[in-house]
Amino acid sequence: MKKLFKEFFKGIGSENPTFRLVLGLCPTLAVSTSVINGLGMGVAATFVLIGSNVIISLVRKSIPDQIRIPCFIVIIATFVTIVELTMKAYAPELSKALGIFVPLIVVNCIVLGRAEAFACKENVFNSMADALGMGVGFTLALLLISAIREILGNGTLFGLLIVKSYEPVLYLVLAPGALLVIGLLIGGINFLARKRSAA
Amino acid sequence: MNKLTVSSSPHIKSNQTTKNIMWTVVWSLVPAGIAGIYIFGISSLKVMILCILSCVFTEALFLKFRNRDPKTVLDGSAILTGLLLAYNLPPQIPLWIPVIGGVVSIVLGKQIFGGLGQNIFNPALVGRAFLQISWPVYMTTWKSPRWWPDAVSSATPLAKEVNVHFSYMDLFLGNRAGSLGEVCVIALIIGALFLLITKIISLHIPLSFIGTVGVITWVFGKDGFFKGDFIFNIMAGGLTLGAFFMATDYVISPLTKKGKIVFGIGCGVLTAIIRLRGSYPEGVCYAILFMNAAVPIIDRFTKTKKYGLTTSTA
Amino acid sequence: MDLTMFLSVIIGAIFINNFILSKFLGLCSFIGISKETKPALYMGISVTFVTTCASIITWAIYNFILVPCHIEYLRTISFILVIASFVQFVEMVIKKFSQALYRTLGIYLPLITVNCAVLGVAVLNSEMFFRPGISALTSFVLSALQGFCVGLGYILVMLLMSGIRERLELCDVPKSFKDAPISFIIASLMSMAFMGFSGFRF
Repeated sequence: MKKLFKEFFKGIGSENPTFRLVLGLCPTLAVSTSVINGLGMGVAATFVLIGSNVIISLVRKSIPDQIRIPCFIVIIATFVTIVELTMKAYAPELSKALGIFVPLIVVNCIVLGRAEAFACKENVFNSMADALGMGVGFTLALLLISAIREILGNGTLFGLLIVKSYEPVLYLVLAPGALLVIGLLIGGINFLARKRSAA
Repeated sequence: MNKLTVSSSPHIKSNQTTKNIMWTVVWSLVPAGIAGIYIFGISSLKVMILCILSCVFTEALFLKFRNRDPKTVLDGSAILTGLLLAYNLPPQIPLWIPVIGGVVSIVLGKQIFGGLGQNIFNPALVGRAFLQISWPVYMTTWKSPRWWPDAVSSATPLAKEVNVHFSYMDLFLGNRAGSLGEVCVIALIIGALFLLITKIISLHIPLSFIGTVGVITWVFGKDGFFKGDFIFNIMAGGLTLGAFFMATDYVISPLTKKGKIVFGIGCGVLTAIIRLRGSYPEGVCYAILFMNAAVPIIDRFTKTKKYGLTTSTA
Repeated sequence: MDLTMFLSVIIGAIFINNFILSKFLGLCSFIGISKETKPALYMGISVTFVTTCASIITWAIYNFILVPCHIEYLRTISFILVIASFVQFVEMVIKKFSQALYRTLGIYLPLITVNCAVLGVAVLNSEMFFRPGISALTSFVLSALQGFCVGLGYILVMLLMSGIRERLELCDVPKSFKDAPISFIIASLMSMAFMGFSGFRF
């Protein structure tokens, strides 16, 4: 049981996919213009992560080694298609806002990376804990970046105006701003991590 | 006591220390600054002072944070950045914008790369582009020269919807709206001549830059070929300021003469394209930033062969 | 066929909507492989080859199978399977015909399968060029062209970035910012420079 918690928490902190492993950046930067979008993508990706990790872990003994990557991809793609269609039906606005990045969850380095590095080697429960941890870590990272970009760059949170006389820094909601925010965040987190290990 | 001093190269020293170079460039920009204050009024001076103070303080703070000697801000480079940034701003911009611009210029344009001599992009332009993208309305609200009647719209000559006619003399002397340091072409040329005489800059970049803009706007400027008004395009906007004072920055321009010419032509092509076809009226800022990014690659392909090497190494 | 349509695809894919700096597709490989110029160039060429071919093949699948049978929702699965198989096939061919080339490119090819840019351009093509009013031939040419130009844009940014990063090795970057963070900041400034191209009129 303790191991399960360990697997879960490592995805949020020490092995956070966005800030420490630097994986899955493409959707992170593109959809983090508002917290709602970030949350939507995080939840979608977590669903795919859990689903694919569980299935891959269950069938890991029966997949021949040479074709394991295409097999993983098919499994992941199935879950992505489920998410894609569900979103289109029940959350069309979100689906439109996230655009091509929903189908692109298939090639999200996090999903394939965890399948390759973990799910095909560990049992179902560990894989699920790992997937959940990574998914939550990813979602939290998305929320942090989206919050910064939306509050400072748009003056809103969840679409609601915060301070009336604030002149938003438009730079942050545009492409260069995303790169800047993540660069500064990773640098800052590196700095804090180094200070912590030096203490 | 020791008559023999043992030290490493260089052994031939000239008067050109970093401090001297920086301060010489600052002095060469003074005529344009005076012109900016004369044409637009005291708000220009406020913007200039705020930019400079913001740059200097940010640099001192950053150096202190990194445990380096904060007194190196007196080498003049932060002041130069502040001045150049101010010259790129509209004269009556809200005063918190120059402050933010100074911080961004120094942190993102210079110090995060390791400080003087190690940056990739022109710091002043980094700040200016950041401000333009973040607060486009403030950055494009222009003020007319002091002596114009208030009723005349203060659009810059390059703005697409211009209903005021600018003569060449207007453009040359600065009788137009624009950024506070870019409008008075003659003041800038005086400063540039000073830099050329003291051999701080060479003509390669400015000539190829301005020349290319001239040629392209001449060929493609108006409908039909070879009908463009290239004199207008050379003097309007921030081309003089950019070509002589910002594109020529040592750190961020190529090492060899061939490289410099390629750089100048590249800047010219991009400026002309953005002016003619892009949605921004002025392209100098983005053109130079783009070419700054290309400098390492340009250097790689135009470098002279290293002494002693016979086989080509990739 | 409209000339402006072609121009807008070319300039759009390389500069205005550059996949790395504007759409953030292909970022993982961008940060990972842009440290030196030679690998960056090889990766760029490989990616261009794959994006062009993938655009053509996925166009064919979308046009001749998915749309007529009204199974467009199978787009994601079919596209990624095609891309993965194609890359595998290319890897086998190169291994057979040129050991030297395989050794230089070998590690990059599998990475291209998960390069967001490849699947991204395939999906983008299917959304941009399959509308009423566009003939099949135009849609084919534009898809292939966009695939190729996306690759060119990728090469451009990789080259610029690798040059800068090689130079950055000699710079005194703060320790916490070395590697990934400073690369992102540089990318941010490059993206800012590329914004000068926005709003192009043809």
